[in-house]
Amino acid sequence: MTAISFQSVSKSFSNARGTFTALDGVSFDIQAGEFFGLLGPNGAGKTTLISILAGLMQASSGRIQVHGLDVQTQSAKVRKILGVVPQELVFDPFFTVREALRFQSGYFGITDNGVWLDELLECLGLADKANHNMRQLSGGMKRRVLVAQALVHKPPVIVLDEPTAGVDVELRQTLWQFIARLNREGHTVLLTTHYLEEAEALCSRIAMLKQGKVVALDNTSTLLKNASSNVLRFKLDEQLPTELAAQARITGRIVQFPAHDAAQIEHYLAAVRSAGLQAQDVEIRKADLEDVFLDVMGAAP
Amino acid sequence: MMGWQALFYKEVLRFWKVSAQTIAAPVLTALLYMLIFGHLLEGRITVYDSVSYTAFLVPGLVMMSLLQNAFANSSSSMVQSKMMGNLVFILLTPLGPLSWFAAYVLAAVVRGLVVGLGVLLVTMWFAPLIFVAPLWILVFALLGAAMLGTLGLIAGLWADKFDQMSSFQNFLITPMTFLSGVFYSIHSLPPFWQQVSHLNPFFYMIDGFRYGFFGVSDVSPWLSLGLVGGAYVLVAALALQLLRSGYKIRG
Repeated sequence: MTAISFQSVSKSFSNARGTFTALDGVSFDIQAGEFFGLLGPNGAGKTTLISILAGLMQASSGRIQVHGLDVQTQSAKVRKILGVVPQELVFDPFFTVREALRFQSGYFGITDNGVWLDELLECLGLADKANHNMRQLSGGMKRRVLVAQALVHKPPVIVLDEPTAGVDVELRQTLWQFIARLNREGHTVLLTTHYLEEAEALCSRIAMLKQGKVVALDNTSTLLKNASSNVLRFKLDEQLPTELAAQARITGRIVQFPAHDAAQIEHYLAAVRSAGLQAQDVEIRKADLEDVFLDVMGAAP
Repeated sequence: MMGWQALFYKEVLRFWKVSAQTIAAPVLTALLYMLIFGHLLEGRITVYDSVSYTAFLVPGLVMMSLLQNAFANSSSSMVQSKMMGNLVFILLTPLGPLSWFAAYVLAAVVRGLVVGLGVLLVTMWFAPLIFVAPLWILVFALLGAAMLGTLGLIAGLWADKFDQMSSFQNFLITPMTFLSGVFYSIHSLPPFWQQVSHLNPFFYMIDGFRYGFFGVSDVSPWLSLGLVGGAYVLVAALALQLLRSGYKIRG
C-alpha cells in the first residue's frame, strides 16, 4: 500500500519582488512501513513539502494523498493518520507536559489513552518531567514533548521535520530507538534531517531535494553503490595546487578525494607528492551518504 | 469527549490558571469605577426617576466588563498562539472550523460571564438592586459575551502582532463600550449624539441588559434583541468563513 503519494506538487510564493518557486513538480511515493528520508540543503523545499502534507499550507498545483485520501479535500481523515513533529521548537507555556499530551489527545477525540501516554513519557525519557510546566523544560526536553504530542493518537504515518536539529546525543539515541521501534511495529516514517549519518543508518529509501526539485530518489544502498566507492582522506598544512583543489573537497586542513579504484588513489597521492606537499594521516574510507549528497547537489542543475 | 470540548476546556483552563490577571484585575477595575463615579455622581444625576445613579451604574459596569473580557479572551489566546507558534498543535488535528468556533467563543463567554458575575457581586452592595426581568439579563449577557468573543476571534485571526491587537482593542472596542451608555443614559446627550449612539451596536447590548434589571430602557429590549441578534449572525458568519478559508493561519 502507498502511505504517502506526492503528485506533481508545486508551490510558489509571490511578494512585491516577484515569484519564488519553493517546490517545482515534486512526485514520489512512500510505501507503508517504509523508513523514508527526505534530504536537501536549507531552502530546498523540505519543510514546505511537509507543511502541504500536514495541511498547514496549500499547494499551488498538484496533490498529495495519504493512504489514498486527499490532504486538501479529506483533511480531517488525513490528520488522524498523520503524526507530525514540527521543526520549530514550539510549546504552550500555560500547561504541564501531561496536560499538553492530554489536550492533544482530546483534540483527536481520545480520552482513554493514559497507558499510551505513560509509555510515551517513559520511552522519550520524560516520565520525571510529566508534571513540570513546559516553560521549565530545556530545549531538548521541549523537543521530546513535541515528538510525544505528535504520537498521542498512534498515527500510522509519522512525519519528523528535522527532529534532531540542535539536540544532544542522548536525545538522538532515545528518539531513534523509539522511532525505529514504531517503524518495526508497522508505522511509516518520513524523516527530514541534516544529519546524513542518521539518514544513512535509519532510512531504507531516500529522496534528495534541490531548489524544489527531486534530484535523487533511490534505496539508500543503491545510492551509496552508485557513488564513487572510496574516499581518499588526508591532512595538509599547505595549499593544494589549483587544478587538484578543484577535484577535492576541502574542510580546513582536511582534504578528501572521491576515488573509484586504487589507480586513482595512487594518481592523487603522486600528484600531491610531485607538488612538493606532505600528506599526513592518510586514510582510505568507504563513501558515505555525505559524499553521495555532495555529489548529487554539486552535479544537479 | 468530542474534540472541540477538549479545545474549549483548554481555553477555559488557560485563563483560569492566570485568574488574578484575567478575572480579579477586571473586577477590581470595575470596583474602582464604582467607588469613584458612584461617590462623585450619586445624587447629582438622575437617569430614570425610579433608579438611583449608583444602581444605574451597576448593570453598565457589569456589562462593560463582561464584553471587554470576552473580547480579550479569544483575541489574546489566538494572537498569542500564533506568535508563539503553538497554534500548530491545533492546526494538525482533525478539528474543523465549527469546532474552533465553538471552543474559542464558548470559552470567551465563560470568561465574560465569570468576570461579569464577579463585578456584580462586588458592586451590588453599593445600591439597592432589583432584577425585574432575569431572563432578559441572561439573554443579553450571553449574546453580548458571544458577540465580543466572536469579534475577538476575528481580531485574533487578523492581527499578526500584539500591537495590532491592542489598537483594535484601544481604538475600537474600548471607545465603543465607553460610549454606549455605561455611565449615562443616552437621553442625557444632545440629539445629534443620541443619533450617533443609536449606530453603536454596544449601546443595544447594554440597554437591553439594563432593562432586565429595572424594566426601563432607552429603547425597547425587543428592538435591542433583534439588532444585536441580527448583527451576531453576520459576525459569526464572518468568523466561520475566516476559519474555513484558513485566513492567516493556513498558508
